[in-house]
Amino acid sequence: MARMEDLVESEQAHLRHLPLPSFESTPWVGGPALSERRVAIVTTAGLSLRGEKLFTRGSADYRVIPGDADTGDVLMNHVSVNFDRTGFQDDVNVVYPIERMKEMAAAGEIGSVAGFHYSFMGATDTGEMESSARELAGMLKEDQVNAVILTPV
Amino acid sequence: MSALAHYFEEEGLATTAIALVREHAEKIRPPRALWVPFELGRPLGAPDEPEFQKQVLRAALALLESSAGPVVLEDFPDDAPGAKEEDMTGWVCPVSFAPPPAEDQGPVTATLQEIAELSPWYQLSLDRRKRTMVGVSGLEIDDATRYVASFLDETPAENPMPDRPAAFAFKDAFTDILAYYSEAGTAQPGTRSSQEVQDWFWQQTAAGKLMLAVQDAARNSADADLRIFAEKTMLPKTQGG
Repeated sequence: MARMEDLVESEQAHLRHLPLPSFESTPWVGGPALSERRVAIVTTAGLSLRGEKLFTRGSADYRVIPGDADTGDVLMNHVSVNFDRTGFQDDVNVVYPIERMKEMAAAGEIGSVAGFHYSFMGATDTGEMESSARELAGMLKEDQVNAVILTPV
Repeated sequence: MSALAHYFEEEGLATTAIALVREHAEKIRPPRALWVPFELGRPLGAPDEPEFQKQVLRAALALLESSAGPVVLEDFPDDAPGAKEEDMTGWVCPVSFAPPPAEDQGPVTATLQEIAELSPWYQLSLDRRKRTMVGVSGLEIDDATRYVASFLDETPAENPMPDRPAAFAFKDAFTDILAYYSEAGTAQPGTRSSQEVQDWFWQQTAAGKLMLAVQDAARNSADADLRIFAEKTMLPKTQGG
């Protein structure tokens, strides 16, 4: 139901007129088979752990979610009210699929799940996020991550 | 979201992105993206549907083994389970509120009474879900309500979150109120759409009426951040925001 035509007109207009970044080229990094990939989740859902520093509107930094964090402590602190939160309320995996990834690793579908995962605040100027993202790439590589799955809200 | 893929790949990390808005993925052109026809807020499709969620993940991760790029944008073929609005009509909140207090008791009293009536349902939600999204502000729900309601006054209450600007403390308290109602109102298992839950909150509860009044007042606040929040992100677009 995220087909554009299914959204109310004001939301369609908002999404159509959002300023989007453009890139001159598209990099393309290869890698081993999925069964040898160590995968991290990076989301723009504005997630943080209970009691942690909260995001503000336009925050360009990120929060760390350890892979063994209690999912009951994963909160959503996103600024927008124009997306569903009842799904996340019932099951964190609908946004942050940590349990599914662990099951897939146990089944050998992927090599392993990263030790740490990360969340940015969506609805943020992506240019502002660039330096944080590049810094984060270094931390992911230190965790031996060689694949990132990106989830929006 | 898709822009992050560019930065990570430039740093040597392979990425695959789930995209909820196909038009955005078409313009930003991340190396690999899977467009999914799901409701905003549900990139994996549906809660408590582990096999379906894994189908989505498999489709997104399979793009890492594609040699068709750079720029692979595929469409996930299936709608999410239970996603059809026509299958979800008729949900009503199971809570039967007591008659509202007399008008002269005001919207804050009415909301606090409502919150008390919802309390056992919120507890049921906690018992069933084993988690809650309430807790962003760190305030008790009554205190969060009183703080948000104080913006109806000429001088709002003192900011209860000293490390946060008042506008963001307001937003965090408001987020907790929404979560409390949503979790309590849906404590019983059953089929309901997010739209029905949203309609219930904004159109049928004392809290919804109170938040609309607060939003109206906050539009005229001297605090620019608060004005922006009230104008742009407090009321969902489906409710006229």
